[in-house]
Amino acid sequence: MLSWFKKKIGGAQPLPPEQAAGSEAPTPVAEASGQQEDGASFFLRLKDGLSRTRKTFVRQIDALFLGKKQIDAELLEDLEEILIMADIGANTTQELLEKTREQVQRNELADGQALKTALKEMILDYLINADRPADLALPAQTPFVVMVLGVNGVGKTTTIGKLAHKFTQAGQKVLLVAADTFRAAASEQLQIWGKRVGVEVVAQQAGADPSSVVFDALDYAKPRNFDVVLVDTAGRLHTKVNLMEELKKIKRVMDKKIPGAPHEILLVLDATTGQNAISQARLFNEAVDVTGLALTKLDGTAKGGIVINICHEFNIPIRFIGIGEQMEDLRDFEPNEFVEALFAEGEA
Amino acid sequence: MFESLSDRLHDVFKQLRGHGRLTEENIQEALREVRMALLEADVNFKVAKEFVATVAEKAIGQEVVGSLAPGQQVVKVVHDQLVELLGGQTATLNLSGRQPVVIMMVGLQGSGKTTTSGKLAKLLQGKGRKPYLVPADVYRPAAIDQLTILGQSLGVPVHPSATDQDPVAICRQAVHAAQSGGYDTLIIDTAGRLHVDQELMGELARIKDAVQPAEILFVADAMTGQDAVTVAEKFNLDLAISGVILTKMDGDARGGAALSIKKVTQRPIKFVGMGEGLDALEPFHPDRVASRILGMGDVLTLIEKAEAVVDKDKAEKLAKKLKKEGFSLEDFLEQIQQIKKMGSLEQIMGMIPGMSRIKQLKDMPKPDEKELVKVEAVINSMTIKERRNHAILNANRRTRIAKGSGTTVQDVNKVIKSYTEMLKMMKQMSGKPGGLGAFVGGPKKKKRPKGLFR
Repeated sequence: MLSWFKKKIGGAQPLPPEQAAGSEAPTPVAEASGQQEDGASFFLRLKDGLSRTRKTFVRQIDALFLGKKQIDAELLEDLEEILIMADIGANTTQELLEKTREQVQRNELADGQALKTALKEMILDYLINADRPADLALPAQTPFVVMVLGVNGVGKTTTIGKLAHKFTQAGQKVLLVAADTFRAAASEQLQIWGKRVGVEVVAQQAGADPSSVVFDALDYAKPRNFDVVLVDTAGRLHTKVNLMEELKKIKRVMDKKIPGAPHEILLVLDATTGQNAISQARLFNEAVDVTGLALTKLDGTAKGGIVINICHEFNIPIRFIGIGEQMEDLRDFEPNEFVEALFAEGEA
Repeated sequence: MFESLSDRLHDVFKQLRGHGRLTEENIQEALREVRMALLEADVNFKVAKEFVATVAEKAIGQEVVGSLAPGQQVVKVVHDQLVELLGGQTATLNLSGRQPVVIMMVGLQGSGKTTTSGKLAKLLQGKGRKPYLVPADVYRPAAIDQLTILGQSLGVPVHPSATDQDPVAICRQAVHAAQSGGYDTLIIDTAGRLHVDQELMGELARIKDAVQPAEILFVADAMTGQDAVTVAEKFNLDLAISGVILTKMDGDARGGAALSIKKVTQRPIKFVGMGEGLDALEPFHPDRVASRILGMGDVLTLIEKAEAVVDKDKAEKLAKKLKKEGFSLEDFLEQIQQIKKMGSLEQIMGMIPGMSRIKQLKDMPKPDEKELVKVEAVINSMTIKERRNHAILNANRRTRIAKGSGTTVQDVNKVIKSYTEMLKMMKQMSGKPGGLGAFVGGPKKKKRPKGLFR
């Protein structure tokens, strides 16, 4: 196990793949010298990306907490509104508030500030899975195959472009595979990203069988020492049975070609999506066992609160968040910093 | 799966038997359920609050009508109110005025603007217009290629935009090109952008000033959550949109965003996107979306799903064959395979109104996909002769089939029994004119009964 890009995103500190693959002790790369600085700037950048989220969410909550010394029904009601507006969902909101109410009744929460801390911890609790860490695990043998999936228009291709950049920055040799043969110009889109980032792209003509594209791509990747293979699949609604079967087939083909592949199945979710994200996570997970989540479009006003439920219910870690359209606008997801940034006082 | 609102209200009102009138007290809990249902469907918090208040006003004081349970009555009030809010005036595209008319597509990234532009071009082409597609998304990689390919497959000309051009200039040129080319409808596909991106929002306003569009359609994803209000409000404020297109309605999102957007913009929802095919753009039906938001069974979706998987030719052939030779076990097998194609049985059951309550009954056999596999195996283990004439299936043959299919004789008997029952039903139906043919497929009916929801 290794943290792949943890705290490295800003620093020019590429890790040779053979060293990464061969290192025995699971030393987190985070202990590097530039870490302190990087950590801080990372935090700032994360907050920067989340600033809009933070402004609305945090300002509201702060306004609420600061003016109130006493916790009363009105405060809880306002809190309900804020949580629901963050797309956390009506049921989870009830659950959180119920717990809060219990604590208030036991006089454990003295004032608004204590309530805030308690709420923060509860949300954090939902986000952190003890048995499935958010760091990507490195396979013993390369290539590390990542299959990216999601419904239409969540930003799969863009996320892959950004991911490729991240991996390249970390010194990995990356191959992109255009397995979206359905949507018009999808492979062109990926090819443009390949050019931007400077990595190879395997594509076939539109309408080709995605499984065969993947088969050929892995054939191509194996002898050429690629460290990472990122596979872009076509967007599909999770309710389309035949399209989900197609995904299963792509996964089977990968495993046949490289046993154990895909090593990572990344489900991309749009932060603006509401309660339907749960259904998406459920059905994609049932079909192919999702191993990680990427939450995109967090640079708008949407808060993406629904991921809290998905993390909690399906025990799938969030790996990345997308906070812009540039190559660099993909961040590792840090539950602590995420919640911290959400609740941070209105500095900056 | 969601419990439908009517089921939940049913429980709330159990204790209320005997109350002749809906009062403020006895309706409180019901309204809480209504509110939860709306929130679970992603209706905006504030919109839901206001909506519930209106419903309360309308419901309180109403006499409980004899035939309706109080719960049903509340559902009716809620449903009617929803339809009223969602519907209003009939929404058609405004294509009059100076020709060529300009339609501008705007929205967030990934909401489906480009695909919808293609669908709209096809729809207008079918109505005798001469559309001209204008890709004005110079930011997303290959966005222009995407629209160009869509245009090619539709036989609709696409303006030759390039990524190094200014979108406003592209649109201006495109209007001239359309005029000289004899096209009467421009569809401008703008780049997806965040409503908080002032620079790009300004670009849209400049395009609007330059081309004076007759329609500015806000394309929104049906899966959008609470944020729908903020986004729609901002787009409407900056551009004064003329209508809304709701995309990805072929998924299982409840589509509460429809209500939120309608409420804050007061602009009609003109179309819904129902699939990836270029003909999958349909007019908006307020009553159907209302049922969906409330989580009530959606019979029409079920019918559509059935229509999508049932091969029409096959169905017609079957209907003809049934008249001549009757329904054989082979046909039975085919039917089962078609049912399987429609998705999981539980999903199908969820779409049938009232089914969710039946599902809670203890003795109700759970739909089991494995059962279907068994049935398939049993029929596959029969000889052709047996499949065509089940009467020859004696004990000996049944034992052999059980062995061959890895099941028991009881299983075989069960299959034969359900088959003979179906056979009986078919005979009754085929006695009536149009019976089975209309049932299994037949010509696709364009007109659907209105307000069929329960």
